Amino acid sequence: MSPAALETKLLCKSFGALAVSSDINFTLERGARHALIGPNGAGKTSFVNLVTGVLKPTSGNIYLGGRDITPLPQALRVKLGLVRTFQISALFKRLTVLENVTLAIAEREGTANDILRPAGHRRAEIEEAFSLLEPLGLANEAMRPVTELAYGRQRMIEIAMALALKPQVLLLDEPAAGVPPGETGAIIDTIERLPAGIAVLFIEHDMELVFRVAKRITVLVQGAVLVEGPPAQIAADPKVREVYLGESHSQ
Amino acid sequence: MTAPAADAPDRKADIDAFARRHKFRWTEALPWAAAIACYFTFENYHALGAQIFATILFALSLDLLIGYAGIITLGHAAFFGVGAYAAGIMAANGFHEPLSGLVIAALAAGIAGFASGAIVLRTSGLTLLMQTLVVAALLQELANKWTSVTGGSDGLLGMKIDPVFGVFRFDLFGNTAYIYCLAVLFLGWLAARNLICSPFGRSLTGIRENAARMRAIGAPVERRKIIIYTISAALAGVSGALIAQTTALVGLGALSLGRSGELLIMLIIGGIGRLYGAFIGVPLYMIAQDRFAAVDPVFWYFWIGLFMIFDGVFARGGALGVIARRRGGSPPQ
Repeated sequence: MSPAALETKLLCKSFGALAVSSDINFTLERGARHALIGPNGAGKTSFVNLVTGVLKPTSGNIYLGGRDITPLPQALRVKLGLVRTFQISALFKRLTVLENVTLAIAEREGTANDILRPAGHRRAEIEEAFSLLEPLGLANEAMRPVTELAYGRQRMIEIAMALALKPQVLLLDEPAAGVPPGETGAIIDTIERLPAGIAVLFIEHDMELVFRVAKRITVLVQGAVLVEGPPAQIAADPKVREVYLGESHSQ
Repeated sequence: MTAPAADAPDRKADIDAFARRHKFRWTEALPWAAAIACYFTFENYHALGAQIFATILFALSLDLLIGYAGIITLGHAAFFGVGAYAAGIMAANGFHEPLSGLVIAALAAGIAGFASGAIVLRTSGLTLLMQTLVVAALLQELANKWTSVTGGSDGLLGMKIDPVFGVFRFDLFGNTAYIYCLAVLFLGWLAARNLICSPFGRSLTGIRENAARMRAIGAPVERRKIIIYTISAALAGVSGALIAQTTALVGLGALSLGRSGELLIMLIIGGIGRLYGAFIGVPLYMIAQDRFAAVDPVFWYFWIGLFMIFDGVFARGGALGVIARRRGGSPPQ
């Protein structure tokens, strides 16, 4: 048995008396399509921040492919293949789409430490960036500054940048947040077409996206895991209906 | 979806354009052509010219920090001063060779930059601004009290500088100083330009735009900041050494808040984050200062203040920002 792509054991985080995560035992299998849902303030983004190293846990451990990464800084976790996107687009807005993606590739390749040669000499990296943008339909806008693109398109750049880092584990923090209803389809298609080898965990409020993509769902309430299982089981669970899904999904 | 066949030629053109975005443009030769032309047309102003070139190098080093890495500082004179004192103390104590003086100044300022950067760069925003200010103030007080070495408030006197390469003697008219400072500025500019076009330089721009995102793509943000802080400090140190060697004088003013602030003003006038802002802002400011000081020495700061207000309202982004907007607007890279 090879170890899970990502695992947390008794992960806790509190700010003073406020516990944002309590005893979270979580397993993300290899190649998983796993959704993390829960009401606002359930601690979903805090969980992502703990796993990626933005926050230090109060106690507990995080394992990436069986290796304990709890003490590692954020940058090293990325190097090991743990990559995230952000709830609110966090891009280099004044730079071009292409520059955003090549920055990520340069970090992955370690060329970003090169202080001597011009960046343009790395032609292979530029071509790779295009090969990432092409399937997302972003290649024609590659030379434009990010700010000029519609928000839905910016969300796709987030995914392109994440893929540029060749992740083993991809954490998508509300990939469809803020996207107009007509454009969510493109985001869902993109997530469905992600390489099968990548273990994907996504936080999402859009239930259409969750139930279409996820093979497994974890429900987080007040910093703790309420229930976990396949979508059908979650949809039928009375506890989940009560705290989260509401009447619209219960009929 | 469009047909890939129709896109392919475009794509190649885009890749070529992106790969060549840092190629030299003919406009980049203009400052150097102007500097050489001025050598022949303004023969009585060579000493001022040398000061201007050294200060451009200083402003260039500040631009690397503020304009590219997004590290704001009000204490950059600390490294200028360390370089000036390092070169000055050597020259006043029997070691008169100028080029090795520059190297020692760069090393001393680089070490000061690395040591202070490792501490102050843990903070950001106003805290960082205050910390950089404090570092410069501490060094200034050190220079003030350590009179046996620095000369204290009287300044460091008795410097003697050998001819450059043993041939070109520093003369009263500043002829040698003009060429010497111009040559060193040219090398410093080449290094700075190379740096900002390199993948490392691009990553600094990424840090300026969004440090959290750089961390999320695996960049060691803190380490990169310390590296650029050290490089920038070394360049500032060379600038200080140039002024020390060409004027044969170092005073406490080299480490002062005024020096840091004035530099920032010069860079803002020219345009921050565009590499050539220093080449426009510094000559404008220093030539105006020279003229005003001759005509109306007391009121000089009133006029520069008025100019800054005008600049802030009508010329955001400095001279180069205005030019870029007129030509369709590109943000600083």
